[in-house]
Amino acid sequence: MNIAVLTKQVADLVEGIEIDASGRAVDRDSIRYILSESDDHALEEALLLKERSQAHVEVFSLETGEVRDGLCTALAKGADRVVMILAGQETPPSNHAAARMFASVLKGLPFDLILTGVRAIDDLDGSVGGLLAGYLGLPYVGLVRKVELVDGAATVEKEYPGGFAAELGVKLPAVLGIQAAEQPPRYVPVTRLRQVMKTAQVEEQEAEPASEEPVSVERMYKPEEGAGAAMLSGSAEEIARQIVNLLSERRVTR
Amino acid sequence: MGVAQVPSIPETPGPLFPELASAEEKFRKCIQCGVCSGSCPMGEAMDYAPRKAVKMLLEGRFNEVVESNTPWLCVSCHTCAVRCPSQLAISDGLFPALRAAVMAEGKALDQDLQKALQNTYLYGNPMGISPKKRADWAKTAGVPVPIISQLRRPVDVLWIVECYPSFEPRGQEISKLLARILNALGVDFAILGHEERCLGDCEWLAGERGLFEMLIERNIEILGKYKFREIIMTDPHSYRTLLNIYPALGGRYKVKPVVQFLAERLDQLKPRLKKKLNTTATYHDSCCLGRKTNHYEEPRLLLRAIPGLKMVEMVQNRESSLCCGGGASTIYLDRFIQERMKDRLADRRVMQAAATGAGILAVACPFEPARFEDAVKLTGNEEKLVVRDIIELLAESMEVQ
Repeated sequence: MNIAVLTKQVADLVEGIEIDASGRAVDRDSIRYILSESDDHALEEALLLKERSQAHVEVFSLETGEVRDGLCTALAKGADRVVMILAGQETPPSNHAAARMFASVLKGLPFDLILTGVRAIDDLDGSVGGLLAGYLGLPYVGLVRKVELVDGAATVEKEYPGGFAAELGVKLPAVLGIQAAEQPPRYVPVTRLRQVMKTAQVEEQEAEPASEEPVSVERMYKPEEGAGAAMLSGSAEEIARQIVNLLSERRVTR
Repeated sequence: MGVAQVPSIPETPGPLFPELASAEEKFRKCIQCGVCSGSCPMGEAMDYAPRKAVKMLLEGRFNEVVESNTPWLCVSCHTCAVRCPSQLAISDGLFPALRAAVMAEGKALDQDLQKALQNTYLYGNPMGISPKKRADWAKTAGVPVPIISQLRRPVDVLWIVECYPSFEPRGQEISKLLARILNALGVDFAILGHEERCLGDCEWLAGERGLFEMLIERNIEILGKYKFREIIMTDPHSYRTLLNIYPALGGRYKVKPVVQFLAERLDQLKPRLKKKLNTTATYHDSCCLGRKTNHYEEPRLLLRAIPGLKMVEMVQNRESSLCCGGGASTIYLDRFIQERMKDRLADRRVMQAAATGAGILAVACPFEPARFEDAVKLTGNEEKLVVRDIIELLAESMEVQ
């Protein structure tokens, strides 16, 4: 069983982000990068599968942000091999371009499962997983929260809106977009992380250069403040009375 | 196997756990008297209270102890350590080592604790707030709070504010009051601002020694950049760590807690304590100012100096003070602990304070206001008891609020 996990680094919102001078992109100098949250879950699910079925786990990351740190963390958590995909461009690729890059690297490799986060906070136009599956001619299931391997196939639990979920059978090889791993991503003690960082072998692989981007950003801007917000003040009882009045004025209450 | 497995406690002793360098030999000095278990406020909830845990480890039953709830229930109140006739480092040595073993084996951590550790790794504080915002509280202090990198000159006093007093809302208010008191006393002080990071007490005691090492390396480097005569600290946990643990790792500083610094200036302070507070207060000895560093008198000296304020003692005071139940990273394990104990230590402590008849529970540790106020509400003492930091009481009497 060979599992590939596709990851990328995204802006850490804790540190805040700024728009650059062009007004069409995030100012990348102002960013601190962290592993995309749902990619972290994809890695956790892969490691759980490894523990259950001795799978071999390889982690690929596009060359944006502090990729080496992210890949070393993956090794420290238990991944078997990590690869940085050289994109040959400065700006982060769109999801279409990212999917094509991943496809060019993965084509012909003997992976049974390809896991990636179902989305990222900087997604422009949907998820990489579905596009990649299209390029590779493989089945795709997104919003997955559980994966079990049974006789060369996978049974996955997929989330639907409104609190529904379904169990689906998927033939392998397949691409899965992970919503959440079965357990929260594991902790890696800093001692182990630092040891790995000293000795880690991060392989590099060239992706086919992306052709022209099909979608371009015209304007990027921070959320504009709306008018009409009113702050309520007073004791808890007074505020509660004001809320009741506001709601009944607007005929929300009977 | 048998006893041969015992060295797995000090497997990776390193310089961080000097107490454990010869742990096996030391813990063989354990006479199994049980003073530790009898003194332990968490013993009743532990699968194996300290005496039993030590016995099991000496018998080679390492995995049983590591897999039990015992490692995560120590609040590092240090009562066992100060009472142990064999002077074994139970709270500082054994428990961090057990926790380190849990982590090294890759066992899942409590999610609240994991988040706090991850945040501290990424941002230098357990709350997960950008380090750029560390000195934001100072902007509304109403008095100058210089940042040492901007002063470009040596200062007399470097104030290490630490995480809770920098980021927690009540802590920030107390920090502003202290800034006003220091200004009123004409102290030449500065803070580290955005360069300040967690000093690592919780991380060390949580068994995350790699993170602790990382924080120490960074903090020693930052502190080495500046010239100051002494360091004052608002957080007793960090004070204790900087005082007792950093020197062995190359960080030697003249350091004192704020209560000591202010008590040394009592002559200067007294004429400024003008407003009578006309109330009765009882003081909670925090573990890090009390049992760990013996600052029992300075907080009481400060409180007694406030006109109109009468002092009463709780049934457990000074050396036998009852922990708030938040030390050694257990402040992040409240939910885990609550599921295993009928009433939390903070609730018990607040009941003791209420029983004195005092109107004020005075504290000198930034963990306490939030913990005890919560407990005051839970125990139905809202009408009777108010939790106040000594800084808040001094500021009120000095009328620098």
